[in-house]
Amino acid sequence: MLLPVVALLSLTVGTVSISWVEALRAVVGSSSTTQIDTILFDIRLPRILLAIFVGAVLATTGAVMQGLFRNPLADPSLIGVSSGASVGASLMIVTAGGFIQGGALVGISLVSIGAFVGGFTATLLVYRLATSGMGTSVTTMLLAGIAIGALAGALNSLLSYFSDNDMLRQISLWQMGNLSGASWLKVSIMGVVTILLMGLFPRDSRALNALLLGESEARHLGINVQRVKRRLIVLTALGVGVSVAVAGLVGFVGLIMPHIIRLMIGPDHRWLIPASGLAGAILLVVADSLARVVVIPAELPTGILTAILGAPFFVALLLQQRKDV
Amino acid sequence: MTMSARGISLHLSGFDLLRNISLEVEAGKVTTIVGPNGAGKSSLLKVLTGEMPPTAGDVYLNSRLLNQWSLLEKAQMLAVLPQHTLLNFSFTADEVVGLGRIPHQTGRAKDVKIVAEALKLVDASYLQRRFYTQMSGGEKQRVQLARVLAQIWQPSCLGKQFLVLDEPTSAFDLSHQKLTLDIVRQLAQKGVGVVMVVHDLNLAARCADKIVVIDRGVIAAQGSPEVVLTETLIDKVFGVKSIISEHPITKRPLVIT
Repeated sequence: MLLPVVALLSLTVGTVSISWVEALRAVVGSSSTTQIDTILFDIRLPRILLAIFVGAVLATTGAVMQGLFRNPLADPSLIGVSSGASVGASLMIVTAGGFIQGGALVGISLVSIGAFVGGFTATLLVYRLATSGMGTSVTTMLLAGIAIGALAGALNSLLSYFSDNDMLRQISLWQMGNLSGASWLKVSIMGVVTILLMGLFPRDSRALNALLLGESEARHLGINVQRVKRRLIVLTALGVGVSVAVAGLVGFVGLIMPHIIRLMIGPDHRWLIPASGLAGAILLVVADSLARVVVIPAELPTGILTAILGAPFFVALLLQQRKDV
Repeated sequence: MTMSARGISLHLSGFDLLRNISLEVEAGKVTTIVGPNGAGKSSLLKVLTGEMPPTAGDVYLNSRLLNQWSLLEKAQMLAVLPQHTLLNFSFTADEVVGLGRIPHQTGRAKDVKIVAEALKLVDASYLQRRFYTQMSGGEKQRVQLARVLAQIWQPSCLGKQFLVLDEPTSAFDLSHQKLTLDIVRQLAQKGVGVVMVVHDLNLAARCADKIVVIDRGVIAAQGSPEVVLTETLIDKVFGVKSIISEHPITKRPLVIT
């Protein structure tokens, strides 16, 4: 319910302000001017859709990882996606000059490709390190994730050390997360990934519920734990990898949104996953709308706003819960 | 119809945890496993339930090799209550017990009914809507017991059902210890084969049809409580002097130390 309203409102805000009547009229296809059409359909609409998809993917994968690791503090970055993507992106910025037009492959910048490849490779590495003949150990995976994360952090620092001022600024802006590069191509790729994840995650909801009891308990409930783990990790790496490639590192959504939803409706993954997705989408749309207007005519990176918006809400929930206990 | 181990050995990182163990758990009977700490009781349960493959020997469930059943089929016949279950997420008791219905496709209405009945059986109806994370140790253990009971609440068409309990009464007060024993006896009467590890020999003597004594990875003795529980055996296995008497009411062996 809230999502379409927020999305519509978001259409109206920006450097050029457009009334919601005009926005609504444009959406249903009877627009007044071509200029408004351009702003709405070429700039704002793809951006809002991208925010919805990225927000939903980050929040659902966060919920899935917290369930899989049986740890409410887990988030997708634990399995190495974010740190790996960071290295990939920095490497592209430093070596290829990043955003240069010639460096783009069918509309996707080299930075995006670097981020995706880096993120996916790091996850694969972490998964491999933690998998033996006995199956994948979640504890080892956590530790391997930390190790790979540290290594990636060092590589990142090294790359920053060798980059000039301009590159440095690009790297740090990328790490803050930004949706301003939205295009219809990115939206469609992200849309396909989102639909894939939303279609496949619910099948494993009950398995995730059982996994909260522990792995051997889940096995005794008839669940093929290894297969579920592999499937969820691959899907998460894919989802977060693509998100990071199109939007940079948007923090907070993956860690906190599932947490907030869990405080509100409980840990049952059958409801937690879709609700987190919806909440993540709403948060990112709101955050991105604010990012466009708070410092007109400039824009803030979206990642800053997600934390500024979400953190106080989360603290309020924690305080309220403490009172209830 | 049995769950049985034939000549199993378990060798793990340089240690012989189990050596050449053969035992039968009959449906409709209660089998208790006793033995000193570190004797291999939990390892034996892990091998029996398929959680660890034995280094040698075979495990059978209803006259078929255990690993020839699919995970789902196995879960419909065999429920396992581990010693500790760490659950840090705020499920309600309802939801935890409901997890026991995962292997079955009986529909929501039926599941809700079974969950309520299982909670009532373990004297935990009042916990139904309470958060698991806020319960006492004994309450948590009763909810987990209800969960495994819900898992084998109805007979399976695949074969006889078995319930494996690893120290189910360790966190219980006297009345809930007795309640657990009553539940176990009732299940056996309904045809379920129960295996449980307990430490209290008198508890074992009171409810067991068969006692299996494990000592340093081998079976020291097995049979009915009257046959197995002797002063010599208790001295040999536990290193404790004792007197075996007879319970004035149940006429079961009574171990006095």
